[in-house]
Amino acid sequence: MAISEEVVGRTYPAAPAYQVSREKIREFASAVKATDGVHFDVEAAQAAGYDDLVAPPTFAIIVSQRADAALIQDPSAGIDFSRVVHTEQRFTHHRPIVAGDELLAAVTVDQVRPLGSGAMITSRVEITTLGGDQVATTTSSLLVRGEDQ
Amino acid sequence: MNIAFDQLEKGQSIGERTVPVSRADLVKYAGASGDFNPIHWNQDFAQNVGLPNVIAHGMFTMGAAVGLVTEWAGDAGAVVDYQTRFTKPVVVPNRFDGEVEPSTALSVRGAIGLVDPDARTVRVDLTVTAPDLAQEGADPAEAKALKVLVKAQVVVKF
Repeated sequence: MAISEEVVGRTYPAAPAYQVSREKIREFASAVKATDGVHFDVEAAQAAGYDDLVAPPTFAIIVSQRADAALIQDPSAGIDFSRVVHTEQRFTHHRPIVAGDELLAAVTVDQVRPLGSGAMITSRVEITTLGGDQVATTTSSLLVRGEDQ
Repeated sequence: MNIAFDQLEKGQSIGERTVPVSRADLVKYAGASGDFNPIHWNQDFAQNVGLPNVIAHGMFTMGAAVGLVTEWAGDAGAVVDYQTRFTKPVVVPNRFDGEVEPSTALSVRGAIGLVDPDARTVRVDLTVTAPDLAQEGADPAEAKALKVLVKAQVVVKF
């Protein structure tokens, strides 16, 4: 099934709020082999001027991929997830994510570019506090391979 | 911060590191990130969809590479922008000798690409390679190094 260009410009409803926990930060930091104490030790994080444990720079992917699910599972978008290849990723942090944050994330489709029988989809997730303050913007490009690619 | 901003110049190296990668690392990353795509942990599945073998999550590679920058800067919260393209997959063969062991490694090097005195930011450009292990039985020590991330740029605020 072809990727629908009609989804360009569409913003999907935000996923349920994501609660950033100390343990998830520790688990994620360990999984990407980060060693900085601010990810693991609350006293070290506070000594460095943060309220609580600091998330590593790519932690926001957890929050943005939950938002992306709304797009990927939208039948009218026509994305076969088993044919998806992640080709580009960007994180812009308006402030660091710390333990205790409650985050909302909503995905917007910025571009659909046909590529042979497949397509390149560029989408953006705006991550905010419950009060609407900007925390991070993530941008992803996914290549959805066509049937013969 | 570990570093005096005023002494930073375009072209300076920020160092390098090697990150060993095992199949166990990919399972751990899958759990931590919530990305359970079987191409990252099941060889039969990966080969059925046309991949040479199990491959690392692009986001694992991106996440592991930036550690060089955060350790250099001494402040993991100072990264204000980080982007990359994923060009080649990092193939992670099975390696088991009584326990699961690293079967490949990422090589990460960083150099300053831009200094912006007004914004007090520095852009670090990363070069990230992994051995080409697409052929079964390829030796990581002999295999050609492939660039797995391209235009990997990290902006650090001072």
